[in-house]
Amino acid sequence: MRLLSARLSAKRRSPFAGLVVLLLALVVTGAVFVGVEKTVSPAAAEDASAAQSTAQKGRALFLVGCASCHGKNGEGIVTKRGTQYGPPLAGVGAAAVDFQVGTGRMPMARPGAQAQRKKVVYTPEEISALAAYVASLGPGPSVPSKSEYDASDADNEAVVRGGEFFRTNCTACHNFAASGGALPGGKYAPSLRGVSSKHIYEAMLTGPQQMPVFSDGVMTPQDKKDIIAYLKNIETSPKYGGSSLGSLGPVSEGLTAWVVGIGALVAFSVWIASSSTRSKKGTQA
Amino acid sequence: MSDHGTPGRTDVVPVDQHDQHGDVELVGDPIADPGLHEHQPRPTDVDERAEKRAERQVAGLFGLSALFTILFVVSYFAFGVGDDTTVIAGYGASTVALGTCLGMALLLIGVAAIQWARKLMSDVEIVEMRHPAASSEEDRETALTSFRAGVDDSGIARRPLIRNAMLGSLGLLGLPLIVLLRDLGPLPGDKLAHTVWRKGMRVVNDIAGTPIRPEQVEIGQLINAEPSVFYEKNGEGEPKFEGVTLQQAKAKAAIIVVRMKPSDITPSKGRENWGVEGILCYSKICTHVGCPISLWEQQTHHLLCPCHQSTFDLADNGKVIFGPAGRALPQLPLAVDGEGYLVAQRDFDEPVGPSYWERG
Repeated sequence: MRLLSARLSAKRRSPFAGLVVLLLALVVTGAVFVGVEKTVSPAAAEDASAAQSTAQKGRALFLVGCASCHGKNGEGIVTKRGTQYGPPLAGVGAAAVDFQVGTGRMPMARPGAQAQRKKVVYTPEEISALAAYVASLGPGPSVPSKSEYDASDADNEAVVRGGEFFRTNCTACHNFAASGGALPGGKYAPSLRGVSSKHIYEAMLTGPQQMPVFSDGVMTPQDKKDIIAYLKNIETSPKYGGSSLGSLGPVSEGLTAWVVGIGALVAFSVWIASSSTRSKKGTQA
Repeated sequence: MSDHGTPGRTDVVPVDQHDQHGDVELVGDPIADPGLHEHQPRPTDVDERAEKRAERQVAGLFGLSALFTILFVVSYFAFGVGDDTTVIAGYGASTVALGTCLGMALLLIGVAAIQWARKLMSDVEIVEMRHPAASSEEDRETALTSFRAGVDDSGIARRPLIRNAMLGSLGLLGLPLIVLLRDLGPLPGDKLAHTVWRKGMRVVNDIAGTPIRPEQVEIGQLINAEPSVFYEKNGEGEPKFEGVTLQQAKAKAAIIVVRMKPSDITPSKGRENWGVEGILCYSKICTHVGCPISLWEQQTHHLLCPCHQSTFDLADNGKVIFGPAGRALPQLPLAVDGEGYLVAQRDFDEPVGPSYWERG
């Protein structure tokens, strides 16, 4: 017996022992993970719970993709310093979920100054399931219907009115041409060009991240629709003034004037003042 | 130095300088006059073919410019303005064609002129000597003589009556200038210290003019608001404020209304009842140079001025936490009227907007 254990321990110290143990551990971990994932993975959850309500499906998705920051019941997680790691979600409503997940901002890839727009990872069905679950946590704004946000049939009056609201309430952060702008600490107000009408409407309704809320009581659904009509109008209006240089105002315009404009003047001055090639022919002749 | 320098010559004679400054004995020349470089002709000066080629280049550039001018005229008639606004890179055919043609026509004239001067115009080194700026003694004497003759002829010294009358009339011409300065006034008096806000005046949404109930305002909400008086009509059905009067009143009375969690707000002494359930109201005019500010971060409660990055903490009585602003943002005390709408308790306690001399 003693001999056996001695032989074993001798074997254990062989150069391959560590590798074998590592491989074994990896296989076991993988198998356990596959087993665990089977029980909660989006696809499996959907299959297994065909009869379950959408909210319950959403909860399953939530536990996998959101709970690590927002808590298992969406109660939020507070850091040691007292700041929000993930904010509580009771009362944010389905509209907030549809905006955050529908634009790819959630789930965040990593903690940072601001969640960025990126590739959407959930299917529309999964997003509405998540939205239904979060909406069940507390009363909040629901996802707007197409008739609320669709401004494709807006007349000129609506566009003009929307422009007034936009200039009063939005331009401070989002720039006069909706090109977006910088905020302190690495945050920014994103450009509104190419953002879908639904997401613009939801952003006004819910106030994502640093953006203030523009509730229906103060800024009526019609006001919001007019703002969307104005945004869609300036998106398609022709650039009569030539290149807009991103409509960023003095930053890009000043940079162009100094680098391109004055650069060209300097280049011409250098050419004018440079001495041309000389010939020795005349002196020799 | 090279007093004797002439174009193309390098033989400056230092001996002459010794003669001119006889009392200074220059031993040698500490910094020798380098004179002019030996003249080296350009290829176009000595090579017939190069000269012809340069001539063709210059003429070609002028010709190209003429071609672009003609193309400009053609494209003016060929492309309709405004019809095809997105033809070339989204800019419109007319805009791009007209701009390119006229730009090239002007640029090529300039390039041709420079090429002409560099390659073909005379190429000699020239020395231009400095000379005194004053006129010659003779000229100055002549000018003074004729001036004195004029003074004598007018008899200004002999006729004090005319002289004094003239001086009086000229002096009085300064008076209109001073009188006209009155148009810069009248002095504003205490107008800068007050706005149109009064006790019980409703807070209304800017543009729409709708009054606001506290329960309509959510936490994290920002409202760009105005006093209701801007949307009211007088007895004759005309707006109470119009045109310049409206703009001036608006420039002082504009406000922002925000709602935060009441637990986040730290009101200073005497301001405990200035808000309604976490709804606070501040002047929208930056205390630095008066830009309208509504760049509000709802999570940090910071209000930023886009002009010079002054930052105010609205949860802490509008205190300046960054930037050049010298004073906290004035706060308007809020209350709720009998019908449940947000109203002002009174006018601002301090002047809004940037500081001024009389403010102290």
